[in-house]
Amino acid sequence: MRILRIIPILALLVVATTFNINAQCKAFAKKVCIPELGAYTHDGNYHAAILVEGEEAELYKTFYSDMDYRVSICGEDKLPDVEFRVLDANKNVLYSNKDANFAKTWDFKLQSSQQLKLIVKVNSFNKPGETPASGCVAIMFGFKIKK
Amino acid sequence: MNKKYGICSKILVVVLMFTSLLMGCKSGGTKTTKEEVKVSIPKENATVVEDIQQAEKIFNALPSPLESAMLIKSAGARFDESLLNPIGNVNSYVTNKSMALNLGIYTCDLSFASLYEQTQLIIDYMNAAKKMADGLGILKAIEQSQIDKLEENINNSEVIMEIVSETFMNSNSYLSDNGQPAIAAMVLVGGWFEGLYISTQLVDLKEFNGNKLVGRIIDQKLSIDILLNLLESSKGNPAVDDLIFQVKKLKVVFDKISITTSKIRPEFDKVSNMTVLKSEVKTDMTPEVFRELSVTVSEIRKTFVNN
Repeated sequence: MRILRIIPILALLVVATTFNINAQCKAFAKKVCIPELGAYTHDGNYHAAILVEGEEAELYKTFYSDMDYRVSICGEDKLPDVEFRVLDANKNVLYSNKDANFAKTWDFKLQSSQQLKLIVKVNSFNKPGETPASGCVAIMFGFKIKK
Repeated sequence: MNKKYGICSKILVVVLMFTSLLMGCKSGGTKTTKEEVKVSIPKENATVVEDIQQAEKIFNALPSPLESAMLIKSAGARFDESLLNPIGNVNSYVTNKSMALNLGIYTCDLSFASLYEQTQLIIDYMNAAKKMADGLGILKAIEQSQIDKLEENINNSEVIMEIVSETFMNSNSYLSDNGQPAIAAMVLVGGWFEGLYISTQLVDLKEFNGNKLVGRIIDQKLSIDILLNLLESSKGNPAVDDLIFQVKKLKVVFDKISITTSKIRPEFDKVSNMTVLKSEVKTDMTPEVFRELSVTVSEIRKTFVNN
Protein backbone atom coordinates (compact mmCIF):
# COMPACT_ATOMS: atom_id res chain seq x y z
CA MET A 1 0.00 0.00 0.00
CA ARG A 2 2.86 2.32 0.89
CA ILE A 3 4.32 1.66 -2.51
CA LEU A 4 1.07 2.67 -4.18
CA ARG A 5 1.33 6.03 -2.40
CA ILE A 6 4.89 6.47 -3.65
CA ILE A 7 4.00 6.02 -7.35
CA PRO A 8 2.23 9.40 -7.87
CA ILE A 9 4.98 11.18 -5.94
CA LEU A 10 7.65 9.57 -8.11
CA ALA A 11 5.68 10.39 -11.26
CA LEU A 12 5.35 14.02 -10.17
CA LEU A 13 9.07 14.17 -9.45
CA VAL A 14 9.85 12.79 -12.89
CA VAL A 15 7.53 15.30 -14.59
CA ALA A 16 9.02 18.18 -12.60
CA THR A 17 12.56 17.05 -13.39
CA THR A 18 11.82 16.65 -17.11
CA PHE A 19 10.20 20.08 -17.39
CA ASN A 20 13.10 21.54 -15.46
CA ILE A 21 15.57 19.97 -17.92
CA ASN A 22 13.56 21.43 -20.81
CA ALA A 23 13.49 24.86 -19.18
CA GLN A 24 17.25 24.64 -18.68
CA CYS A 25 17.65 23.77 -22.36
CA LYS A 26 15.67 26.85 -23.39
CA ALA A 27 17.67 29.03 -20.99
CA PHE A 28 20.90 27.57 -22.41
CA ALA A 29 19.77 28.27 -25.98
CA LYS A 30 18.87 31.84 -25.03
CA LYS A 31 21.99 32.62 -23.02
CA VAL A 32 24.64 30.79 -25.01
CA CYS A 33 23.46 30.06 -28.51
CA ILE A 34 21.55 33.20 -29.50
CA PRO A 35 24.37 35.61 -28.57
CA GLU A 36 26.58 33.63 -31.00
CA LEU A 37 24.36 34.97 -33.79
CA GLY A 38 25.92 38.41 -33.26
CA ALA A 39 24.64 40.98 -35.74
CA TYR A 40 22.32 38.46 -37.41
CA THR A 41 18.62 38.59 -36.48
CA HIS A 42 17.46 35.40 -34.77
CA ASP A 43 14.55 34.01 -36.80
CA GLY A 44 12.60 33.17 -33.63
CA ASN A 45 12.52 29.42 -34.19
CA TYR A 46 13.64 27.07 -31.44
CA HIS A 47 15.40 23.80 -32.17
CA ALA A 48 16.93 22.15 -29.14
CA ALA A 49 17.11 18.67 -27.70
CA ILE A 50 18.85 16.67 -25.03
CA LEU A 51 21.40 14.50 -26.81
CA VAL A 52 23.70 11.79 -25.52
CA GLU A 53 27.30 11.14 -26.63
CA GLY A 54 27.28 9.66 -30.13
CA GLU A 55 23.71 10.70 -30.82
CA GLU A 56 22.62 12.62 -33.92
CA ALA A 57 19.89 15.10 -34.79
CA GLU A 58 18.84 16.14 -38.28
CA LEU A 59 17.28 19.38 -39.44
CA TYR A 60 15.71 20.23 -42.79
CA LYS A 61 15.30 23.84 -43.82
CA THR A 62 14.93 25.99 -46.91
CA PHE A 63 17.47 28.80 -47.24
CA TYR A 64 16.84 31.76 -49.53
CA SER A 65 19.07 33.53 -52.00
CA ASP A 66 18.25 37.01 -50.67
CA MET A 67 19.62 36.38 -47.21
CA ASP A 68 22.95 36.07 -45.44
CA TYR A 69 22.77 33.33 -42.81
CA ARG A 70 24.56 32.35 -39.66
CA VAL A 71 23.90 28.99 -38.06
CA SER A 72 24.89 28.59 -34.44
CA ILE A 73 25.19 25.10 -32.95
CA CYS A 74 25.88 24.91 -29.24
CA GLY A 75 26.28 22.04 -26.84
CA GLU A 76 26.51 22.30 -23.09
CA ASP A 77 30.02 22.34 -21.63
CA LYS A 78 29.63 18.85 -20.15
CA LEU A 79 29.32 17.42 -23.66
CA PRO A 80 32.20 16.56 -25.98
CA ASP A 81 32.62 18.52 -29.24
CA VAL A 82 29.49 18.84 -31.34
CA GLU A 83 30.06 18.12 -35.01
CA PHE A 84 27.78 19.48 -37.71
CA ARG A 85 27.59 18.89 -41.42
CA VAL A 86 25.52 20.65 -44.05
CA LEU A 87 24.33 18.53 -46.97
CA ASP A 88 22.47 19.25 -50.19
CA ALA A 89 19.51 17.26 -51.50
CA ASN A 90 21.91 14.74 -53.09
CA LYS A 91 23.69 14.16 -49.78
CA ASN A 92 26.84 15.99 -50.88
CA VAL A 93 28.59 17.51 -47.87
CA LEU A 94 28.83 21.27 -48.37
CA TYR A 95 30.37 22.10 -45.01
CA SER A 96 31.67 20.29 -41.96
CA ASN A 97 32.79 22.10 -38.83
CA LYS A 98 35.25 19.23 -38.28
CA ASP A 99 37.44 21.03 -40.83
CA ALA A 100 37.19 24.24 -38.80
CA ASN A 101 38.15 22.93 -35.35
CA PHE A 102 34.51 22.25 -34.44
CA ALA A 103 33.53 25.90 -34.90
CA LYS A 104 30.18 26.73 -33.31
CA THR A 105 28.99 29.03 -36.08
CA TRP A 106 29.01 29.07 -39.86
CA ASP A 107 28.24 32.07 -42.08
CA PHE A 108 26.93 31.45 -45.57
CA LYS A 109 24.81 32.76 -48.41
CA LEU A 110 23.30 31.14 -51.47
CA GLN A 111 23.26 32.01 -55.13
CA SER A 112 19.89 30.28 -55.44
CA SER A 113 17.41 29.13 -52.79
CA GLN A 114 17.91 25.54 -51.63
CA GLN A 115 16.58 23.03 -49.17
CA LEU A 116 19.51 21.83 -47.07
CA LYS A 117 19.96 19.22 -44.38
CA LEU A 118 21.99 19.73 -41.22
CA ILE A 119 23.30 16.75 -39.31
CA VAL A 120 24.40 17.47 -35.76
CA LYS A 121 26.33 14.81 -33.88
CA VAL A 122 27.63 14.81 -30.33
CA ASN A 123 31.07 13.20 -30.38
CA SER A 124 32.12 10.66 -27.79
CA PHE A 125 34.55 10.98 -24.88
CA ASN A 126 35.35 7.30 -25.51
CA LYS A 127 35.52 6.38 -21.85
CA PRO A 128 34.44 2.75 -21.64
CA GLY A 129 32.60 1.82 -18.48
CA GLU A 130 31.40 5.35 -17.75
CA THR A 131 27.88 6.66 -18.15
CA PRO A 132 27.72 8.59 -21.43
CA ALA A 133 27.37 12.35 -21.02
CA SER A 134 24.12 13.95 -22.05
CA GLY A 135 23.14 17.58 -22.39
CA CYS A 136 21.35 20.23 -24.35
CA VAL A 137 22.24 20.91 -27.97
CA ALA A 138 20.64 23.91 -29.70
CA ILE A 139 20.53 24.85 -33.37
CA MET A 140 19.73 28.51 -34.02
CA PHE A 141 19.54 30.52 -37.23
CA GLY A 142 20.12 34.19 -37.80
CA PHE A 143 19.69 36.14 -41.00
CA LYS A 144 20.37 39.48 -42.63
CA ILE A 145 19.07 40.84 -45.90
CA LYS A 146 21.89 40.55 -48.42
CA LYS A 147 23.48 43.92 -49.13
CA MET B 1 12.11 -8.54 0.82
CA ASN B 2 12.52 -10.00 -2.66
CA LYS B 3 8.88 -9.24 -3.45
CA LYS B 4 9.34 -5.62 -2.38
CA TYR B 5 12.53 -5.40 -4.40
CA GLY B 6 10.66 -6.72 -7.43
CA ILE B 7 7.88 -4.14 -7.08
CA CYS B 8 10.41 -1.35 -6.63
CA SER B 9 12.22 -2.46 -9.79
CA LYS B 10 8.95 -2.45 -11.71
CA ILE B 11 8.15 1.06 -10.47
CA LEU B 12 11.61 2.18 -11.49
CA VAL B 13 11.15 0.75 -14.98
CA VAL B 14 7.75 2.49 -15.31
CA VAL B 15 9.24 5.79 -14.12
CA LEU B 16 12.18 5.50 -16.52
CA MET B 17 9.86 4.68 -19.42
CA PHE B 18 7.69 7.67 -18.51
CA THR B 19 10.77 9.92 -18.39
CA SER B 20 12.00 8.75 -21.75
CA LEU B 21 8.51 9.23 -23.21
CA LEU B 22 8.45 12.84 -22.01
CA MET B 23 11.97 13.47 -23.27
CA GLY B 24 10.97 12.04 -26.63
CA CYS B 25 7.99 14.36 -26.89
CA LYS B 26 9.92 17.58 -26.64
CA SER B 27 11.07 19.95 -29.36
CA GLY B 28 8.60 18.87 -32.01
CA GLY B 29 11.09 16.35 -33.25
CA THR B 30 10.25 12.96 -34.66
CA LYS B 31 11.27 9.87 -32.78
CA THR B 32 13.36 7.44 -34.74
CA THR B 33 14.78 4.09 -33.83
CA LYS B 34 18.20 4.61 -35.40
CA GLU B 35 20.92 3.83 -32.90
CA GLU B 36 24.48 4.99 -33.40
CA VAL B 37 25.96 5.09 -29.93
CA LYS B 38 29.09 2.98 -29.89
CA VAL B 39 30.43 3.82 -26.43
CA SER B 40 30.64 1.11 -23.80
CA ILE B 41 27.78 1.35 -21.34
CA PRO B 42 27.66 -0.19 -17.87
CA LYS B 43 24.93 -2.82 -17.55
CA GLU B 44 22.98 -0.89 -14.92
CA ASN B 45 22.69 2.16 -17.22
CA ALA B 46 21.88 0.24 -20.37
CA THR B 47 18.09 0.59 -20.11
CA VAL B 48 18.23 4.33 -19.48
CA VAL B 49 20.59 4.94 -22.37
CA GLU B 50 18.57 2.72 -24.69
CA ASP B 51 15.50 4.85 -24.01
CA ILE B 52 17.34 8.13 -24.46
CA GLN B 53 18.90 6.87 -27.71
CA GLN B 54 15.43 6.53 -29.13
CA ALA B 55 14.86 10.24 -28.52
CA GLU B 56 17.02 11.07 -31.54
CA LYS B 57 15.52 14.09 -33.24
CA ILE B 58 14.48 15.21 -36.67
CA PHE B 59 13.60 18.89 -36.96
CA ASN B 60 11.46 20.13 -39.83
CA ALA B 61 12.20 23.84 -39.84
CA LEU B 62 9.75 26.07 -41.64
CA PRO B 63 10.60 29.72 -42.19
CA SER B 64 9.52 31.63 -39.09
CA PRO B 65 6.90 34.41 -39.48
CA LEU B 66 9.73 36.95 -39.11
CA GLU B 67 11.72 35.31 -41.90
CA SER B 68 8.63 35.11 -44.14
CA ALA B 69 7.95 38.83 -43.65
CA MET B 70 11.61 39.62 -44.28
CA LEU B 71 11.47 37.70 -47.57
CA ILE B 72 8.47 39.76 -48.71
CA LYS B 73 10.22 43.01 -47.86
CA SER B 74 13.50 41.99 -49.48
CA ALA B 75 11.59 41.31 -52.71
CA GLY B 76 10.66 44.99 -52.77
CA ALA B 77 6.97 44.49 -52.04
CA ARG B 78 4.79 47.33 -50.74
CA PHE B 79 2.90 47.30 -47.42
CA ASP B 80 -0.84 46.73 -47.61
CA GLU B 81 -2.73 46.76 -44.32
CA SER B 82 -5.89 45.35 -45.93
CA LEU B 83 -4.13 42.01 -46.44
CA LEU B 84 -3.58 41.44 -42.72
CA ASN B 85 -5.97 39.45 -40.56
CA PRO B 86 -8.06 42.18 -38.83
CA ILE B 87 -7.45 42.33 -35.09
CA GLY B 88 -11.23 42.55 -34.69
CA ASN B 89 -11.31 38.79 -35.36
CA VAL B 90 -9.33 38.07 -32.23
CA ASN B 91 -12.29 37.14 -30.02
CA SER B 92 -13.67 34.64 -32.50
CA TYR B 93 -10.78 32.23 -32.02
CA VAL B 94 -11.67 29.91 -29.19
CA THR B 95 -10.40 26.47 -30.20
CA ASN B 96 -6.78 25.43 -29.78
CA LYS B 97 -6.48 24.95 -33.53
CA SER B 98 -7.78 28.40 -34.43
CA MET B 99 -5.72 30.08 -31.71
CA ALA B 100 -2.55 28.24 -32.80
CA LEU B 101 -3.01 29.03 -36.49
CA ASN B 102 -3.81 32.66 -35.74
CA LEU B 103 -0.89 33.02 -33.34
CA GLY B 104 1.28 32.24 -36.38
CA ILE B 105 -0.81 34.51 -38.61
CA TYR B 106 -0.80 37.47 -36.22
CA THR B 107 2.95 37.03 -35.60
CA CYS B 108 3.56 37.16 -39.35
CA ASP B 109 1.33 40.27 -39.62
CA LEU B 110 3.18 41.79 -36.67
CA SER B 111 6.53 41.08 -38.37
CA PHE B 112 5.23 42.56 -41.63
CA ALA B 113 4.03 45.71 -39.82
CA SER B 114 7.36 45.94 -37.94
CA LEU B 115 9.47 45.79 -41.07
CA TYR B 116 7.42 48.59 -42.62
CA GLU B 117 7.49 50.65 -39.40
CA GLN B 118 3.70 50.74 -38.94
CA THR B 119 3.92 51.87 -35.33
CA GLN B 120 0.28 51.61 -34.21
CA LEU B 121 -0.21 48.29 -36.01
CA ILE B 122 2.86 46.87 -34.27
CA ILE B 123 1.27 47.42 -30.86
CA ASP B 124 -2.14 46.17 -32.02
CA TYR B 125 -0.79 42.98 -33.57
CA MET B 126 1.49 42.28 -30.60
CA ASN B 127 -1.60 42.44 -28.38
CA ALA B 128 -3.51 40.15 -30.78
CA ALA B 129 -0.63 37.63 -30.70
CA LYS B 130 -0.55 37.88 -26.90
CA LYS B 131 -4.25 37.08 -26.74
CA MET B 132 -3.71 33.93 -28.83
CA ALA B 133 -0.70 32.85 -26.75
CA ASP B 134 -2.58 33.46 -23.50
CA GLY B 135 -5.56 31.49 -24.84
CA LEU B 136 -3.28 28.56 -25.55
CA GLY B 137 -1.98 28.73 -21.99
CA ILE B 138 1.53 29.61 -23.06
CA LEU B 139 3.04 31.04 -19.91
CA LYS B 140 5.18 34.15 -20.24
CA ALA B 141 5.19 34.05 -24.05
CA ILE B 142 4.46 37.74 -24.35
CA GLU B 143 4.73 39.67 -21.12
CA GLN B 144 3.46 43.15 -20.43
CA SER B 145 7.07 44.27 -19.93
CA GLN B 146 7.81 43.29 -23.54
CA ILE B 147 4.81 45.28 -24.80
CA ASP B 148 6.01 48.26 -22.73
CA LYS B 149 9.51 47.86 -24.19
CA LEU B 150 7.97 47.71 -27.65
CA GLU B 151 6.10 50.97 -27.05
CA GLU B 152 9.24 52.66 -25.70
CA ASN B 153 11.25 51.59 -28.76
CA ILE B 154 8.53 51.92 -31.35
CA ASN B 155 10.89 53.73 -33.75
CA ASN B 156 13.79 51.36 -33.26
CA SER B 157 13.28 48.55 -35.78
CA GLU B 158 16.22 46.54 -34.45
CA VAL B 159 14.75 46.36 -30.94
CA ILE B 160 11.30 45.61 -32.34
CA MET B 161 12.58 42.66 -34.38
CA GLU B 162 14.46 41.41 -31.34
CA ILE B 163 11.24 41.48 -29.30
CA VAL B 164 9.21 39.78 -32.07
CA SER B 165 11.84 37.06 -32.37
CA GLU B 166 12.05 36.58 -28.60
CA THR B 167 8.29 36.36 -28.06
CA PHE B 168 7.92 33.89 -30.92
CA MET B 169 10.69 31.73 -29.50
CA ASN B 170 9.01 31.85 -26.07
CA SER B 171 5.84 30.45 -27.63
CA ASN B 172 7.33 27.69 -29.73
CA SER B 173 9.84 26.59 -27.08
CA TYR B 174 7.05 26.42 -24.47
CA LEU B 175 4.88 24.29 -26.77
CA SER B 176 7.76 22.00 -27.74
CA ASP B 177 9.01 21.60 -24.19
CA ASN B 178 5.56 20.89 -22.81
CA GLY B 179 4.72 18.06 -25.14
CA GLN B 180 2.47 20.02 -27.52
CA PRO B 181 4.21 19.48 -30.89
CA ALA B 182 0.90 19.52 -32.78
CA ILE B 183 0.07 23.02 -31.51
CA ALA B 184 3.66 24.15 -32.17
CA ALA B 185 3.37 22.85 -35.75
CA MET B 186 0.03 24.62 -36.26
CA VAL B 187 1.55 27.95 -35.17
CA LEU B 188 4.30 27.54 -37.77
CA VAL B 189 1.80 26.49 -40.43
CA GLY B 190 -0.33 29.61 -39.75
CA GLY B 191 2.70 31.88 -40.08
CA TRP B 192 3.90 30.19 -43.26
CA PHE B 193 0.47 30.42 -44.93
CA GLU B 194 0.13 34.09 -43.99
CA GLY B 195 3.49 34.90 -45.58
CA LEU B 196 2.49 33.01 -48.72
CA TYR B 197 -0.96 34.65 -48.79
CA ILE B 198 0.44 38.18 -48.48
CA SER B 199 3.07 37.44 -51.16
CA THR B 200 0.57 36.03 -53.67
CA GLN B 201 -1.80 38.97 -53.12
CA LEU B 202 0.97 41.51 -53.70
CA VAL B 203 2.01 40.16 -57.12
CA ASP B 204 0.98 42.38 -59.99
CA LEU B 205 0.24 40.05 -62.91
CA LYS B 206 1.12 42.84 -65.35
CA GLU B 207 4.68 42.56 -64.03
CA PHE B 208 4.80 38.80 -63.73
CA ASN B 209 7.97 37.98 -65.62
CA GLY B 210 11.15 38.65 -63.68
CA ASN B 211 9.14 39.61 -60.59
CA LYS B 212 11.28 38.99 -57.52
CA LEU B 213 8.25 38.24 -55.36
CA VAL B 214 7.17 35.53 -57.80
CA GLY B 215 10.62 34.00 -57.34
CA ARG B 216 10.10 33.99 -53.57
CA ILE B 217 6.72 32.28 -54.01
CA ILE B 218 8.29 29.59 -56.22
CA ASP B 219 10.91 29.06 -53.48
CA GLN B 220 8.13 28.02 -51.11
CA LYS B 221 7.79 24.81 -53.11
CA LEU B 222 11.05 23.79 -51.42
CA SER B 223 9.30 23.96 -48.03
CA ILE B 224 6.10 22.09 -48.84
CA ASP B 225 7.55 18.66 -48.02
CA ILE B 226 9.09 20.01 -44.81
CA LEU B 227 5.64 21.34 -43.92
CA LEU B 228 4.01 17.98 -44.61
CA ASN B 229 6.66 16.09 -42.62
CA LEU B 230 6.16 18.49 -39.72
CA LEU B 231 2.42 17.81 -39.71
CA GLU B 232 2.81 14.07 -40.32
CA SER B 233 4.75 13.81 -37.06
CA SER B 234 1.47 14.71 -35.27
CA LYS B 235 -0.76 12.62 -37.54
CA GLY B 236 -3.83 11.24 -35.79
CA ASN B 237 -4.68 14.56 -34.20
CA PRO B 238 -7.95 15.50 -36.02
CA ALA B 239 -6.96 19.18 -36.35
CA VAL B 240 -3.61 18.20 -37.84
CA ASP B 241 -5.23 15.65 -40.17
CA ASP B 242 -7.45 18.43 -41.59
CA LEU B 243 -4.37 20.55 -42.19
CA ILE B 244 -2.55 17.69 -43.90
CA PHE B 245 -5.49 17.36 -46.28
CA GLN B 246 -5.37 21.11 -47.06
CA VAL B 247 -1.59 21.17 -47.50
CA LYS B 248 -1.78 18.18 -49.86
CA LYS B 249 -4.21 20.19 -52.01
CA LEU B 250 -1.68 22.99 -52.15
CA LYS B 251 1.13 20.54 -52.95
CA VAL B 252 -0.78 19.41 -56.04
CA VAL B 253 -0.53 22.99 -57.36
CA PHE B 254 3.10 23.43 -56.29
CA ASP B 255 3.93 20.20 -58.14
CA LYS B 256 3.00 21.99 -61.37
CA ILE B 257 6.00 24.29 -60.86
CA SER B 258 9.34 22.96 -61.99
CA ILE B 259 12.62 23.79 -60.23
CA THR B 260 15.90 22.45 -61.62
CA THR B 261 19.10 23.08 -59.73
CA SER B 262 22.70 22.52 -60.78
CA LYS B 263 25.22 20.96 -58.40
CA ILE B 264 25.97 23.23 -55.44
CA ARG B 265 29.59 24.42 -55.27
CA PRO B 266 30.70 25.86 -51.90
CA GLU B 267 33.26 28.65 -52.30
CA PHE B 268 34.73 30.80 -49.56
CA ASP B 269 34.43 34.52 -50.23
CA LYS B 270 37.27 36.39 -48.52
CA VAL B 271 35.60 39.78 -48.91
CA SER B 272 32.42 38.89 -47.02
CA ASN B 273 34.22 36.26 -44.92
CA MET B 274 31.54 33.71 -45.59
CA THR B 275 30.89 30.64 -47.71
CA VAL B 276 28.90 31.16 -50.89
CA LEU B 277 26.89 28.17 -52.04
CA LYS B 278 26.98 28.63 -55.78
CA SER B 279 24.42 27.01 -58.04
CA GLU B 280 22.23 27.83 -60.98
CA VAL B 281 18.52 27.28 -60.85
CA LYS B 282 15.85 27.13 -63.54
CA THR B 283 12.22 27.58 -62.56
CA ASP B 284 9.02 27.56 -64.52
CA MET B 285 5.65 28.83 -63.32
CA THR B 286 3.04 30.06 -65.78
CA PRO B 287 0.62 32.89 -64.84
CA GLU B 288 -2.17 30.27 -64.93
CA VAL B 289 -0.45 28.11 -62.33
CA PHE B 290 0.23 31.23 -60.28
CA ARG B 291 -3.49 32.12 -60.36
CA GLU B 292 -4.39 28.59 -59.26
CA LEU B 293 -1.83 28.77 -56.47
CA SER B 294 -3.07 32.17 -55.37
CA VAL B 295 -6.70 30.97 -55.24
CA THR B 296 -5.80 27.78 -53.34
CA VAL B 297 -3.73 29.67 -50.75
CA SER B 298 -6.48 32.24 -50.36
CA GLU B 299 -9.16 29.57 -49.83
CA ILE B 300 -7.11 27.71 -47.24
CA ARG B 301 -6.17 30.91 -45.41
CA LYS B 302 -9.84 31.88 -45.36
CA THR B 303 -10.64 28.70 -43.40
CA PHE B 304 -7.96 29.72 -40.87
CA VAL B 305 -9.02 33.32 -40.28
CA ASN B 306 -12.79 32.93 -40.63
CA ASN B 307 -12.73 30.05 -38.19
